[in-house]
Amino acid sequence: MTDYKISAKGVQVYYGDTHAIKDVDVDIEDKTVTAFIGPSGCGKSTFLRTLNRMNDTIDICRVQGDIRIDGEDIYDSAVDPVQLRAKVGMVFQKPNPFPKSIYDNVAYGPKIHGLARNKAELDEIVESSLRKAALWTEAKDRLNAPGTGLSGGQQQRLCIARAIATAPEVLLMDEPCSALDPIATAQVEELIDELRQSFSVVIVTHSMQQAARVSQKTAFFHLGNLVEYGETDKIFTNPEDPRTESYISGRIG
Amino acid sequence: MTDLSSTEPKAHRSLKVADARTKKRNAAEKRFRAYGIVAIAIGGLFLLALTYNILKAGLPAFTQYVVELEVTLTQDEFDAAESQMLKTAAYTDIFIGNFEANLAERGVAVPYDADAIERLLGKVGGDIRSYYRENLDDIGQPVTFQLQTSSRVEGYFKGRVNRDTIVDSRFLMGSDLDIVDALRDSGVLTSRFNWDFITGKDSGVDNPGGAGIGASAIGSLFMMLVVLFLSLPIGVAASIYLEEFAPKNRLTDLVEVNISNLAAVPSIVFGILGLSVFIQFAHLPQSAPLVGGLVLTLMTLPTIIISTRASLKSVPPSIRDAALGIGASKMQSVFHHVLPLAMPGILTGTIIGLAQALGETAPLLLIGMVGFVAREYPDGVVSGFMDPNSAMPAQIYTWAARADVGFYEKAWGGIIVLLIFLLLMNALAIFLRKKFERRW
Amino acid sequence: MSLILIVSIVIALAVIGYVLGVQRAVSSADGDQRILHSLKGYYGQNVALTVLVPSLLVLAIWAIAQPLLIDQSVSGLLNLEDSRAQSLAMADVRRVAEGLDTAIAQGALTSDAAANMDAETTDVRDLLGDIGVAVGSDVTPETLNAAQRYRGLSNTGSWARGFVVLAIALAGFAFALSRITKDFRARNIVERGVLVLLIAAASVAVLTTIGIVLSLIFNTINFLQAYPAADFFFGTRWEPSFSGRGGSSELGFLPLIWGTMFISIISLIVAVPLGLFSAIYLSEYASPRVRSIAKPMLEILAGIPTIVYGLFALLTVGPLLVSAFGQGGFFGVDWMSGGTAAMTAGLVMGIMLIPFVSSLSDDIINAVPQAMRDGSYGLGATQSETIRQVIIPAALPGIVGAILLAASRAIGETMIVVLGAGAAASLSLNPFEAMTTVTAKIVSQLTGDGEFNSPETMVAFALGMTLFVITLCLNVFALYIVRKYREQYD
Repeated sequence: MTDYKISAKGVQVYYGDTHAIKDVDVDIEDKTVTAFIGPSGCGKSTFLRTLNRMNDTIDICRVQGDIRIDGEDIYDSAVDPVQLRAKVGMVFQKPNPFPKSIYDNVAYGPKIHGLARNKAELDEIVESSLRKAALWTEAKDRLNAPGTGLSGGQQQRLCIARAIATAPEVLLMDEPCSALDPIATAQVEELIDELRQSFSVVIVTHSMQQAARVSQKTAFFHLGNLVEYGETDKIFTNPEDPRTESYISGRIG
Repeated sequence: MTDLSSTEPKAHRSLKVADARTKKRNAAEKRFRAYGIVAIAIGGLFLLALTYNILKAGLPAFTQYVVELEVTLTQDEFDAAESQMLKTAAYTDIFIGNFEANLAERGVAVPYDADAIERLLGKVGGDIRSYYRENLDDIGQPVTFQLQTSSRVEGYFKGRVNRDTIVDSRFLMGSDLDIVDALRDSGVLTSRFNWDFITGKDSGVDNPGGAGIGASAIGSLFMMLVVLFLSLPIGVAASIYLEEFAPKNRLTDLVEVNISNLAAVPSIVFGILGLSVFIQFAHLPQSAPLVGGLVLTLMTLPTIIISTRASLKSVPPSIRDAALGIGASKMQSVFHHVLPLAMPGILTGTIIGLAQALGETAPLLLIGMVGFVAREYPDGVVSGFMDPNSAMPAQIYTWAARADVGFYEKAWGGIIVLLIFLLLMNALAIFLRKKFERRW
Repeated sequence: MSLILIVSIVIALAVIGYVLGVQRAVSSADGDQRILHSLKGYYGQNVALTVLVPSLLVLAIWAIAQPLLIDQSVSGLLNLEDSRAQSLAMADVRRVAEGLDTAIAQGALTSDAAANMDAETTDVRDLLGDIGVAVGSDVTPETLNAAQRYRGLSNTGSWARGFVVLAIALAGFAFALSRITKDFRARNIVERGVLVLLIAAASVAVLTTIGIVLSLIFNTINFLQAYPAADFFFGTRWEPSFSGRGGSSELGFLPLIWGTMFISIISLIVAVPLGLFSAIYLSEYASPRVRSIAKPMLEILAGIPTIVYGLFALLTVGPLLVSAFGQGGFFGVDWMSGGTAAMTAGLVMGIMLIPFVSSLSDDIINAVPQAMRDGSYGLGATQSETIRQVIIPAALPGIVGAILLAASRAIGETMIVVLGAGAAASLSLNPFEAMTTVTAKIVSQLTGDGEFNSPETMVAFALGMTLFVITLCLNVFALYIVRKYREQYD
């Protein structure tokens, strides 16, 4: 069990009276890209948000079950969600840079978590994060320009840089390319593949092609259930469940 | 593609053990949250303190202390008193005679003289004489007089004066307090609800006991009539034009900017406007509720326009389209469909605007509607609009600015009356909103 | 002819016109309403509007123009060079004329006696005093003469006014009725008329602004002719005297604006943190239940009339502060000698301003997109870090706008400072000392007993002008920022 970075057992999520996630078990490996696919409203984003307790910010949301990261129950009352989220970073569907400079956007996380002892170290973190997010060459001359002035694809890479600057161990991505054009999407996908070397990446996507391109493991969600989970190649070429097959062949969705 | 070792994850650490930094951050979080609670609590505490203070200082204004005395004046006594040179003195003697008999009946023994009576009850002789001269039929009948005690005596009951702090003066002597106590113990001196405060007019600067807010409340009423009948139609018409008909151009933009700025212009500037346009230029009568109403109308209009436009905007375009679709003109669609649907919101906004106008003081002072003008009730509708009068808040200000502390109690009492009106108006607005609230 | 009579006749005419218009329209269609161009009511409305609008418009213009024309003609009789003396004399003339009319109305004089009165033989001042009309000085023959002329002209004017207005109403009546045929496009005409009325209503707001600006400008110019501008704007002493005429008064603006700014800053020091933290708590932390109680509670603070705050400052907060900071007080310092002080007014005004800061800031903080919060939480920021480092910077322009609006409110606030701040103008640095403000002095100069045309009174208009300009700049700037901010997140 400790082989897995994240292991979830019997996870149930309720939004008020709605049962959004029904008894989901999933184990996610380290240094792997895992894709969650499924039709809209199937619960894949909701499940993703339980992994770093982002659902805590929604009053009516309740989570039951057992989710462990590195063997620790993240819903234990002793766990501080703030520390958890530093360890499990997140990138959102729509690029959401803060209305600050590019530099301040990336430096925000390291600053609040106290990762840098001095300005030089902070500069170093910012530079390496931007490099890892493949934004350094475009941004290095305008670090003090507002982050909101970048193009959509650049903004999303800035958000990725911002997320990796806090040195997380897991990176959650909630449809990171849905607001981007094809070229920007390709850049981000390439980036995800690079990131796999240092993090375990969980990506929610509504694009099956994208899941096939970037992930090693794929989980198919339908109506709040985890229908099938396995090697990406197998899911796309030889699914076991008829529902997975219909979705992949375009009959539900 | 780059060197990844520089930010390699830190040594594994349990999530369940908060590190020093996280503890510090969480403490900061708690502090920050506490600031918010403290800020709101200060607002709440102030509100409580204000309410407590208003009630404590203002409620006594609704109590007055009277000496009750049954007097039977015979025709002979009346004729005798009327034939004397000092008529009121004669009546004072009659009063003292009755008073003495009454006290003896109740078995109260306390020394007093005519001067003490005058200090406690004012010029009783004059009051009694004027009563009998107006009610000649009551001669020979037993009449119960309720004579109001002087404001100094009221001050004694209400704690403004006590035996330790009293300074002998021509208004009240320390020895008078013995009489007062004896009268109260025997039930001759009783307290009752002070209707005179609610129905009365302003009094002279040395008679806080006789001051009432009634006349200025009538002044406020006439002003509010002017405000209602001018600002509602003008405000609604202006809003309909701006919201439904006005072309979107620089001029309309300018009008809109102008309205939102006008809503933030200090109220006293409207007072200056009223003084120079309505009084200096148009020669309308000074201190008249009509002028006050006009000034307050101009002041309230921007508020009403802003809230009316919001109500019109909340009516969905589909209603307009539906009316236009069956061949109604634009004007018909607005007046037949949009306006009735927006009406509850418009009325709510208007009532809130009126409540604001009712509490406004500064502009009224500039056009002469100060408290001491409220000496007489108007004798008709025209006189109500045109004759000098005051308004409740201006009356309160006048009392607050007077030297005699007895007026402070009146000022607080006046505030209670004013706030009751405001509460009623706001309750009506909330009721309308709740009853007609519509979600599209 | 009295105003009320004219208006009632015109309204009656309009009502009759409506009824006749409807009848005529129906009969022009031989009783078949379907072939009328418009609904029958529109024909009536058209007649009524044609009667009402032009005649009442002329009446309004006449009401404004007549006194001006009469003043001009009468003041020619007085032959006074100085414009100030001129307007003083005119006030007397007007009062005498009105007094004579009142005397006739009360039956104290016959109209013949009033018309033939001789100032040499009759003491007009006494006579008018008896019927309750007070005239400032003895009535000279010139004044009486001018007053008689004034009465004559007013009388003629009011008859002419009645005649002209009724003639226009009747003409409208006849014209509108004569045009009615079954094909007459009554609805279009009425709607155009209504549109014009709506535009007129919308322009009231603009006229108000123009009225404010003109009345301030003209009176300020008058003041600056009687009192040197440099002494006003840069004078450091405010010592008006009502006994002498001008000259001996010092009307320096600086101590007043100093007091205004001092008190406003104290109030903002109270209101901004309290309002801002309340807004943050309400929008970010509070549960819906707490919010539904706390938000209206703060709004009550905004609904309380300022006179209540003023009284509270004068009678409760002032004495409380003295017992803390006065001689022999709680802190053993002797900083405060009287209850009315900059601090008293500033504290209470600060409480009054809390809702102005909080409710606008609340709206503005709520307008910051949720994505910003998510982004910050996703990085492991605590809620307070998110608020301080992401939300507040994002909302800053809007919050600055809210604070500027509150500042403009503070500068223009009158009753709290009139009652709570004291009357002595001083350039002191001690917040526990009595100070006075621009608004408080406007009230005291215009409600005093001074002659209306003395610089001591006229200075109030110059003060009003500066007050208006300062608050207008703040408002325009603040509303501009807030509007730009809202557009950003729309």
